[in-house]
Amino acid sequence: MFRFILSRLLQAIPVLLIVITATFFLVRAAPGGPFSAEKAVPPEVIKALEAQYHLDQPMWQQYVGYLNDLAHGDFGPSFRYPGRTVNELIAGGLPITAELALYAMLVAIIIGVCAGVFAALKPNTPQDYIPMSAAMLGICMPSFLMGPLLVLIFGIGLEWVPVSGWGDLPGDKILPSITLGAGYAAFLARLSRGGMLEVMSQDYIRTARAKGLPERVVVLKHGLRGGLIPVIAFLGPAFAGLLSGSFVVETIFQIPGLGRFYVQAAFNRDYTMILGTTVFFATLIVLFNLLSDIVAVWINPKLRHQLREGH
Amino acid sequence: MFWTKNCSLILLITTLLLTTLLLSGCSGGESNVTTGNREGILHWGNGTDPQELDPHIVTGVPEHHILTALLEGLVLKDPATLEPIPGVAESWVISDDGKTYTFQLRHNAQWSNGDPVTAHDFAWSWWRALQPALGNQYAYMFFPVKNAEAYLKQEIDDFSQVGVKVLDDYTLQVELTHPTPYFLQLLDHYSMFPIHRATIEKFGAPDERGSLWTRPGNFVGNGPFLLTEWQLFKKVEVTKNPYYWDAASVKLNGIRFHPTENVTTEERMFRSGQLHHTASIPINKIATYQKNKPGLLHSHAYLGNYFYRINTKLPHLSDKRVRRALAMSINSKQIVEQVTKGGEVPAYTFTPPDTLGYTADAGFSFNPEKARQLLAEAGYPNGEGFPVTELLYNTSEGHRKIAVAIQQMWNQYLGVNITLNNQDWKVYLNSVDSGDYTIARAGWIGDYVDPNTFLDMWITDGGNNRTGWSNPRYDELILKLAPKAGDRETRYKLMREAEALLLEDMPVIPIYIYNSKSLVHPSLKGLEPNILDYTLYKKLSLEQAPTNSEEASH
Repeated sequence: MFRFILSRLLQAIPVLLIVITATFFLVRAAPGGPFSAEKAVPPEVIKALEAQYHLDQPMWQQYVGYLNDLAHGDFGPSFRYPGRTVNELIAGGLPITAELALYAMLVAIIIGVCAGVFAALKPNTPQDYIPMSAAMLGICMPSFLMGPLLVLIFGIGLEWVPVSGWGDLPGDKILPSITLGAGYAAFLARLSRGGMLEVMSQDYIRTARAKGLPERVVVLKHGLRGGLIPVIAFLGPAFAGLLSGSFVVETIFQIPGLGRFYVQAAFNRDYTMILGTTVFFATLIVLFNLLSDIVAVWINPKLRHQLREGH
Repeated sequence: MFWTKNCSLILLITTLLLTTLLLSGCSGGESNVTTGNREGILHWGNGTDPQELDPHIVTGVPEHHILTALLEGLVLKDPATLEPIPGVAESWVISDDGKTYTFQLRHNAQWSNGDPVTAHDFAWSWWRALQPALGNQYAYMFFPVKNAEAYLKQEIDDFSQVGVKVLDDYTLQVELTHPTPYFLQLLDHYSMFPIHRATIEKFGAPDERGSLWTRPGNFVGNGPFLLTEWQLFKKVEVTKNPYYWDAASVKLNGIRFHPTENVTTEERMFRSGQLHHTASIPINKIATYQKNKPGLLHSHAYLGNYFYRINTKLPHLSDKRVRRALAMSINSKQIVEQVTKGGEVPAYTFTPPDTLGYTADAGFSFNPEKARQLLAEAGYPNGEGFPVTELLYNTSEGHRKIAVAIQQMWNQYLGVNITLNNQDWKVYLNSVDSGDYTIARAGWIGDYVDPNTFLDMWITDGGNNRTGWSNPRYDELILKLAPKAGDRETRYKLMREAEALLLEDMPVIPIYIYNSKSLVHPSLKGLEPNILDYTLYKKLSLEQAPTNSEEASH
């Protein structure tokens, strides 16, 4: 197990290096610089700004300098927000995005797994079709449609919850969490239904039933254990996806999270911010993939066995 | 294993946990407007989030709003007339040749830590604003001051040669290169605001970008409000400054500036009583408000215009008859009535009409007949042989709609083929700046209320010209003759002559004059509409009227 984790961590280094290098050169290759503006700026001022952020140095020197800073955990200053470092901006946005992603994840698991298991109990009956059609709708409906719809109904129509913000007004976390979680809930519902269907036709389930166990125990104890393996495998990447994919929801609900920085940085050509967020998200994705692999190995005896045999 | 045995239990716990977390104190909350009206806190939709709060570094309108609450320059503007009124300067004298301004500072002006605001503060702040290493993108606002441009460009390095002189603690003398009738207008632009020297030096070198002096707790200002909170992408909060010299007339207890980057969300926030004032309004909501709640929609002319630049370096567009033909076949009345629909005004001059009393003569009109004739004279009868021409705009639904309408008009009236191309903002800026375009959409917002801010951009090789157009007589009028004109009338006459030259040659096609639109809650009083969208926060007040959030909803 230890060797497995170590080798996966070592594999992550070249992956991250490729991400950093590609991003570093791509952002600089994009037309338009961080200081271009509609109103012409005196060339002396542009020169001073470029010198300040080392943009006047040869590209390789900038690259080496950046890697060196990065090795010391320094993402550099933001170009767009002169008084802020990228570290500070990420540290400010991360807790909010993480909280949002966590709630969205919980929404997704609760609704998704329940609906999936429920549907799998009576396949090809209305009990299956109704939640699965809803799931299909959930997968197809983008959050930029779902968000405003929920706002219109619950925020403006019924006035139950605030229409925007995060942690300012009571209840303002509800709609963003549901909007972000809904798509994943739908996906989880389909995954857990599939997993459960496969498991419920296995011999050991028949054995459990033959032993005279009540159906509730068969489903919850014997069925879920195997049926949720594909769900667990999906959770790691899904959480990373929620963290890096919260941009739309953060925009709709005016939430000061990391997702908005990420996209705005690209529009603003905020080189250090684009790089910082990309490297940060890349690291997260690598880590969460690793985590979900570890969990998968942990709960799946077949995989555990394979590892021990040295495959 | 724990997980599998307790699966249902875990599900149950997470459900309970989530419900508690999300529903904690749900509903029953008071809207910002209700609380704000009771406590005297204004909730202001401020567009994008401020980049910084250092007046010598920032460049945007949202920063402008916050900084005018936190700092104050020598003069202010009367929001009704836009004429200068006393700020830190109690009075001023302009010499007969119009080149020397002597400001008498009031003795009771104080920084928010109790220090007096003196002439030295202004001289030092302006010295700092002109340090090249600071990267002040608005440094050109100082260029009317004698030797300021040379100092910024490091042609001279002795600041005493720059026309700013402290006569005594409360007297500041400014010497200009030319009589600049709009100089007083510049003084309440944030780039000319004073900052507190000891505070800046405490947190870093004077020319250091982004030192921590602008953070709440550190910021020392001289405006009607104090910075109390600044959370990125969330809010900037200011409260009444007891040290402000005119604190007695400040009616609000505080302002909360909300970043409202997404106009659709902003409108929803307004509708649910989270904002008193919005920075904008989504185009598709204008008609609804006009019909159902006209009292909430505030709309007035704005000192800016929407136009197309033409690349005059390209062979088929170097002929002014072609450019005029293109201009004369745009039905801008139809565009403002059927496409933009926000109360904009069709433009037939470049400077918006009645800019501090200046109105240029219309340089063209919508006349497809004449346009066809001009195009035929230029060698393209009915558009035959006219190269396929690309119209560039920065990616936006609004710009696309206008471009499509104009593409159809040019095709219908002139028979020419136009292709559309949209680019991301920074790519678009790069293309236009490097002349890599054929016809490009543009907009211009005046920096101050004077025709000069619209006309000095078209001088030969001016940084904002970008069309390749050049006219020696135009340069002479704008750079040499107009600045020396003795009175406003003579100066405007010279400016009108220059604008006539510009419109005759048509390197740009004016389309419409911008219009400023916002939603305003009825409890907000004292807001004066003006073409600069200039707000004097100390004049605003909130009335605890019988209005509530329901009134603002539809």
